[in-house]
Amino acid sequence: MNVVELTIVIAVFVLVTVLGFAASRWRRAESLMHLDEWGLGGRSFGTWVTWFLLGGDLYTAYTFVAVPALMFGAGAAGFFAVPYTVVIYPLVFLVVIRLWSVSHVRGFVTPADFVRSRFDSPTMALLVAITGIVATMPYIALQLVGIEAILKAMGVEGELPLIIAFVILAIYTYNSGLRAPALIAFVKDALIYLTIIVAVIVIPSKLGGWDAIFGAAEEKFSAGSGVILPATGQLGYATLALGSALALFLYPHSITGVLAASNRDVLKRNMSALPVYSLALGFIALLGFMAIAAGVTPIGTDGNTIVPVLFQQMFPSWFAGIAFAAIGVGALVPAAIMSIAAANLFTRNIYKEYLKKDATPRQEAQAAKIASLVVKLGAVAAILFLNPQFSIDLQLIGGVIILQTMPSVALGLYTRWLHRGGLIAGWVAGMAVALAMVYDIPKLNPDGTVARAHFGGSSYALSNFGLDTKVTVYAGLIALLVNLVVAVVVTAVLRAMNVADGVDGTAETDYTAEREDPSFRDLPDPLSDEPLAGPPPGSAAAPGR
Amino acid sequence: MSSADAPPAGMAPRRSDRSPWNWLLVVPIVVPLIVPLYNKVEPTLFGWPTFYWLQLAFVVLGVLTTSIVYRMTRRSPGQQQAARDAIARGRTDRDGEGRP
Repeated sequence: MNVVELTIVIAVFVLVTVLGFAASRWRRAESLMHLDEWGLGGRSFGTWVTWFLLGGDLYTAYTFVAVPALMFGAGAAGFFAVPYTVVIYPLVFLVVIRLWSVSHVRGFVTPADFVRSRFDSPTMALLVAITGIVATMPYIALQLVGIEAILKAMGVEGELPLIIAFVILAIYTYNSGLRAPALIAFVKDALIYLTIIVAVIVIPSKLGGWDAIFGAAEEKFSAGSGVILPATGQLGYATLALGSALALFLYPHSITGVLAASNRDVLKRNMSALPVYSLALGFIALLGFMAIAAGVTPIGTDGNTIVPVLFQQMFPSWFAGIAFAAIGVGALVPAAIMSIAAANLFTRNIYKEYLKKDATPRQEAQAAKIASLVVKLGAVAAILFLNPQFSIDLQLIGGVIILQTMPSVALGLYTRWLHRGGLIAGWVAGMAVALAMVYDIPKLNPDGTVARAHFGGSSYALSNFGLDTKVTVYAGLIALLVNLVVAVVVTAVLRAMNVADGVDGTAETDYTAEREDPSFRDLPDPLSDEPLAGPPPGSAAAPGR
Repeated sequence: MSSADAPPAGMAPRRSDRSPWNWLLVVPIVVPLIVPLYNKVEPTLFGWPTFYWLQLAFVVLGVLTTSIVYRMTRRSPGQQQAARDAIARGRTDRDGEGRP
């Protein structure tokens, strides 16, 4: 066991914990007992805090560990994380501000709140909520995989430290909601950037420059296509990048981060500023090639340990400790936001909608806190009982299924043409196709033998359609296509039959509302039905019920 | 709540988030997905194959285009000042009102 590294990691964790508890006092609103205060930080985060919060939310510890591991194992294909995180911001630039506006006018906290009101469909909202919770769980579990990798590298045996780290996280998100992750994100990013800058300067100079690093990778993958993609890998690369980008802002935790921004300009500025993280991500990905050049061998069969092992080989113990702490804290921030977002979904769209319609704000906030604990416990259980590699595949599958909420959540921000019945039919069809496809994807060993016959990731071989090719495509996009086609056809049929499509609970002007507008709500009261049902003054729209 | 103390005539103004500048956003969405554009080794830059340095350069492309669209579609300084004033007013109103 490495005592120096362990001491530093523990010291940083203690610092982070102190910050977490201090956060509950930072810019404290009058009452944390309202769900909005607990779950959305009072919705008052400016440009900088939003940048740290969303950055901490979207670029997770898993990214820092798994992307280089993928580069190490698969070469160029692992670099998809860069185009993925470039494409995403222009893609959602106009979409998230509409979501922000309508949410603040109508008091929506979750994507399912929006769907319920826009399409007048508690059923579709329930589907969105369940999809969100199910897709988020393996994502939280993955954060634990990141922590597990550094613990293994430091020689800590057993599962106890992992459980302790998550108990700490659970306790302080229980206390201070979104404020804790926002403050911790500052520490996380400072540590991550420090680590990256040092790594990019120190490691190549020790390994004989970038030529040597790419040379080593070229040699390792010389049997294939070297350090670029094979011709058959190009479609899979582009569709995976696009599909992942479409999926990311549908995750409830991304939306929680977006809604916490204080105004539309803050979000627009962040869509320009967040790609700075993608630049760092590009360098982080190349740590995988540096590990090849340095001759790193993973601990046991766990490929995720290559970055921690590389740091141990290249850095003195004390700095390796700082880098490990960065990965560990980088796991806590998104895990906290994800569990808060999943809890909001449960509380607003399942608990209050179906289980206890007359819940008071106090009961609602209490239910959210308990749900967030349960979600985290579920993630800990997943890590204890499942193989870590399987949780990575589960997360890829999570991306495929969350994409099926795109027609209602994202297209719904622009048009109400799709009928609620069409959306439900599309979701069912898309989900069925998605699950059938990922069921058919085998997990291969590096030597090409089948390690597991089913649920082996998200790259679907086109040869399954009878095509004579090795080309693969991202399963989520095909399922989304089916989803959209079914939604459109069923909508056309239902419209032709004049089936009622409910009442839109939102007005056109809601989608461009600014903070200063009279219709803007700072703090809707979850106690009454008024925030979700009542139209803003002067609006022609009837209550969405 | 906040909507209750709004002036009687106070409905949300009709705005549009349409702008020809928004079309610029298509560039950073499409270009990074055209794999043949960068799926090659030469020319290298500081020892980096094209595949790697060009994709990182797309990050800069993304930042530039989104920044341009933000600046060009931003509200005028006068409107922004009015907005800030309105927010400040709203805050003091609400503080005086007291929350349930």
